[in-house]
Amino acid sequence: MVLKVALEVAVVVTKTARYGLTLILLLFSIMSNAAVLPAERADALFHSYSGGGIDINGPAILVRKSIGDSVSVSAKHYVDTISSASIDVEVILGASTYEEERVENAFSADYLNEKTLMSFSYTNSEENDFSADTFSFGISQDMFGGLTTLSMGYAHGDNVVGKTGDPSFSETSQTDNFNLSLAQIITKNLIISTAFDVTTDAGFLNNPYRKVRYVDPNDSTQFNLEDEIYPETRTSSALAIRARYFLPYRAALHAEFRIFQDSWGIEANNFEIGYTHPFADDWIAETHFRAYAQTKADFYNDLFPFQQAQNFLGRDKELSTFSDTTIGFGISYEFAKGEGGSIDKASVNFKFDHIEFNYEDFRDARQTSFAAGTEPFYQFNANVMQLFLSIWF
Amino acid sequence: MLYKFTSSLLLLLSLTACSVQPWVKPYERANLADPIMSFSQDPLSQGYMHHVYQAREGARGAEGGSGGGCGCN
Repeated sequence: MVLKVALEVAVVVTKTARYGLTLILLLFSIMSNAAVLPAERADALFHSYSGGGIDINGPAILVRKSIGDSVSVSAKHYVDTISSASIDVEVILGASTYEEERVENAFSADYLNEKTLMSFSYTNSEENDFSADTFSFGISQDMFGGLTTLSMGYAHGDNVVGKTGDPSFSETSQTDNFNLSLAQIITKNLIISTAFDVTTDAGFLNNPYRKVRYVDPNDSTQFNLEDEIYPETRTSSALAIRARYFLPYRAALHAEFRIFQDSWGIEANNFEIGYTHPFADDWIAETHFRAYAQTKADFYNDLFPFQQAQNFLGRDKELSTFSDTTIGFGISYEFAKGEGGSIDKASVNFKFDHIEFNYEDFRDARQTSFAAGTEPFYQFNANVMQLFLSIWF
Repeated sequence: MLYKFTSSLLLLLSLTACSVQPWVKPYERANLADPIMSFSQDPLSQGYMHHVYQAREGARGAEGGSGGGCGCN
């Protein structure tokens, strides 16, 4: 009897696997035309972020090289040198500035097998109190005469969270990400891309330093601080649509819209519009405007009514209701074009973005002349600069 | 039943795929091939800006590029 059941299960599993394999093979047999390997290039970038009492800068390098006709590999090295006297540091740690460094190294390999482009990558990110390892796999293919490109991918990340000054503190979390995207040529001047993304987190998702504040009539500031408590799971989904349109005099318009929601109650959307304009043969100018808005997480509160007021407690300003707007521009100068030798083209680029953040339920708790809960809402501006050299070979 | 139906549908599609005529012919794609029309012109720069936003906004995902790490303290 047991054997018979086991056999029936085995038959069902075999049939399912066979049908599954058939479906996959048929799906890819529909897709026609070969994809192409990414271009061989090297980029060296210096980045700088300054805003809200935080300065972050550092170098980044990305090199991509093909091996034969079917393999492309890349390596990336990225550094954030952080000096922070942010509002969070001032309110929680008492106006001290902390310094830290984040180093990220990533390696990827792309394999082109007839009509299929497969990508594998590994990324390691290290801070003195945070370590992340991420593996990803993706597959991409052109279909229907090259008018359509379908891509899908999966990534898994393992994180270890530490706490400076507390060597015994060690927590972990895991992240899984599934993504699907479709790029579609609409006309000879218009291309549209859609992307759908689901991400799940499990484990310790707090920032170990952040605190929430609650009303404490006995304290001189009328509030006191206690540790944040986040849920141990989070699932989010995002859907984006992007378009680029070629203008008759060789320029491009681009637009983007994204919606987002997660199991913590955050709903967000953002849009961007931009314009790219080449001029004088070797120059390309670009400008863009971006606007973002989100609602708060269910367990967020700027000032809880009393200690341990609810199961989950959060006061991260990233979980509050806020909006931000970005206005930016970039300029590129191309040189060494078509001169033969080992370099196809090179460019030097400068990009500048100015971002304004406006919080709607996160108050500036540093302003002690106000009663707790009546301080002005926090707002800050940030300037982001990038200077980089790109070489195609 | 669902598998058989789907398999049949995909088989039919695979047989007819060869006859799908691209309405924008390869020789009409010069504008689309211009680097200014690329969704990912500068991957390193793009990845950096995604990271700038990811660290300061609640939303994440569907950026059309890759990020990595946290760095959001």
